[in-house]
Amino acid sequence: MSSEQEIHDTVSTQEARMGDGVDNRFNSKLREAFGSSPFILTKFDKFMNWVRGSSMFMLQFGIACCSIEMIHTYAIKHDLDRFGAGVPRASPRQADVIIVPGTIVSKFAPRMKRVYDQMPEPKFVVGMGSCTISGGPFQEGYNVIKGAEEVIPVDIHVPGCPPRPEALIYGIAKLQERVANGETSPVTVKPYELEQFGDLERDELVQHLADEIDEDDLVMRYNWANSP
Amino acid sequence: MSLEEPKPTDVGETPDGNVDYAELEALLGDAVIGREEHVNAPAFVVRPDEVQQALGALREEAGFDYCSCVTAQEYEDRYESIYHLKKYDDPTQEVGVVVPTTRDEPVSQSGEAVYRTADWHEREAYDLVGIEYADHPDLRRILLPETWQGHPLGKDYNPEKPQVVPFREHANPLEPDQRGEGSESDTMFINIGPHHPATHGVLHVETVLDGEQIADVEPDIGYLHRCEEQMCQQSTYRHQIMPYPDRWDYVSAGILNEWAYARAAEDMADIEVPEYAQVIRTMSAELCRIASHMLALGTFALDVFGDFTAVFQYAFRDREVVQDILEDLTGQRLMFNYLRLGGVAWDIPEPREEFFEKVRDFLDGLPKKTQEYHNLITSNEIFQLRCVNTGELPPEVAKQYGATGPVARGSGVDIDLRRDDPYGYYEELDWDVITEDGCDNYSRVLVRMREVEESAKIIEQCVDLLEEWPEEERTIQANVPRTLKPDPDTEIYRGVEAAKGELGIYMRSDGTDKPARFKIRSPCFCNLHTLREMTEGEYIPDLIASLGSLDIVLGEVDR
Repeated sequence: MSSEQEIHDTVSTQEARMGDGVDNRFNSKLREAFGSSPFILTKFDKFMNWVRGSSMFMLQFGIACCSIEMIHTYAIKHDLDRFGAGVPRASPRQADVIIVPGTIVSKFAPRMKRVYDQMPEPKFVVGMGSCTISGGPFQEGYNVIKGAEEVIPVDIHVPGCPPRPEALIYGIAKLQERVANGETSPVTVKPYELEQFGDLERDELVQHLADEIDEDDLVMRYNWANSP
Repeated sequence: MSLEEPKPTDVGETPDGNVDYAELEALLGDAVIGREEHVNAPAFVVRPDEVQQALGALREEAGFDYCSCVTAQEYEDRYESIYHLKKYDDPTQEVGVVVPTTRDEPVSQSGEAVYRTADWHEREAYDLVGIEYADHPDLRRILLPETWQGHPLGKDYNPEKPQVVPFREHANPLEPDQRGEGSESDTMFINIGPHHPATHGVLHVETVLDGEQIADVEPDIGYLHRCEEQMCQQSTYRHQIMPYPDRWDYVSAGILNEWAYARAAEDMADIEVPEYAQVIRTMSAELCRIASHMLALGTFALDVFGDFTAVFQYAFRDREVVQDILEDLTGQRLMFNYLRLGGVAWDIPEPREEFFEKVRDFLDGLPKKTQEYHNLITSNEIFQLRCVNTGELPPEVAKQYGATGPVARGSGVDIDLRRDDPYGYYEELDWDVITEDGCDNYSRVLVRMREVEESAKIIEQCVDLLEEWPEEERTIQANVPRTLKPDPDTEIYRGVEAAKGELGIYMRSDGTDKPARFKIRSPCFCNLHTLREMTEGEYIPDLIASLGSLDIVLGEVDR
């Protein structure tokens, strides 16, 4: 009793209120690493990349089966937000990362391209599931794009049909690592781009559609024979 | 049932509830040019210019008020459309109407004037197979982009042919639009989707607003048309087709869908499933139904409240529990691939007691959870304001559109294939079909919530049975040949009660180990067709609520 009283006498009121171990919670290992100085010296880019990777806003974008597992990744139990990447934004203009969760078909590819184009730079893409790698189980379908990389550049591929939530979390953690290191996929010219109908080469098919489609309309041309 | 007055029998119906096909043939008269025997029911071959008259007679006189599916296919020498007709009162009374057309001139009369649901089915037939329907009000492509060249399920389609798909603004069907020059019009065209949080996937709803009211609405589908029918047609019956049903209705309803294929193929090849396997199937299918309805509830709350926190997360918490149980059983969280023709893949996992305990724990906790949902959702005043008396779908309209499942039962249409056309072990168990008479969004949600309780009852009885089952009688698989080749020209249409309604499959064999035609009748496809009836003249928030209460899955709508 008396020894306890002594301790209380020697600490400040603030410290007594905070109790033991609280200091660590506020200042953590990071503070320890800095030593006595509250200042750090780093490159601006490095700092920005670290920040960017640690706080990513995802686009709320559901396509097919994988989106169910994606929702499970956001929801209770798996809770992607623990890793600083779990706030789904409904508008592409507020999002940093697009998870492509499902099969992309000919009618949807131009729309997905547009959604991707509407996202502000820098933007990152996680392809979720086999369909975004190669078309997956539907690869031989007459209407199925053989992978998301045909339309937009992909940073991380998560295989599976569908991948488990754990796998998606791992994929996103890997993306965060890459972003923090300042690495992203180079944007290359893809086989299927949106272009104006008037710019297409005048072959038989284009001639045939000439009176149906306006010169200025954006179109996507699918050359199925050349796709992988 | 016994207290009810005996209802007058229709033409061609025998007093004991069977169909007298000779009488039906007499009813149709000259229109009939032959008869085909399908495994499910006989079908009349009808002249292509007498379709409306034949369907009309069957509907008005013989009481076939339910057009469950329209299948189109191409033979070497002809095209064929098959209308699969049933009765809402007794879906075991079936008849097919086969309409052949020549290859040179594939035109047959549209059945749309008799059954509204034929509208979309015929558009799909035109899109994928290439049959044209005379007098159809709006014969456009439905699943593929409008500039697509060729009909992919036709015989002479070249999949290597390049295609051009336009990406342009949609026109306002009710012109003039308010944006026109000097326009005094009040109508405004607005796209909802294909990327929109309230459309449950990649649905595109073309909406014309007059102020905040909906003047015109047209669902535009096909953004997830991933050729499921083609995939099944190039896979073998025995093992290769089974993984695909999981991906039609992918909201954890996998086993329900697998059962649709299993049932059709087993009936076609005359395979008897052991009783023990049927009990396991019944139990796992009902677990899937709970998971599916939980998602419907959670996303509906998300649509109506914008509630990403409480209700949505609670629903997903419960789904996680169900998925855990199913993972123990099948080894997969979502795409189970657990049923086999003639049985299931494997028995209940050892130790069995542990598995049963896990299921029982879930069932014991369920009443408390449903009460929680009722407190949070159905008795919530805001929720009721949004849902009661909005999105009304009268029973007669629901029948016209071929609606099934919770959508039909929320309109007071008492149909459930588990009871009316029994399969599996449902007949031996004690449970009820839920109907609500409100016809509105609220009723549809209520039906789903009460169905969860009924499913729990079924699962409990199944667990009791499985626990007591003698060890030496645990046969999980019938004897099925390694390569299954049904007799040539066997045709079958069979449905099961999936989470969203009647999931039917039409198959025709040509003597090989792969089906010559595989057609999926998706409940969501038909249910989504009712959207216009439900929302025209209503406010735009009601459209969102109605869309949510239909509980569509785009994988199944587009296939």
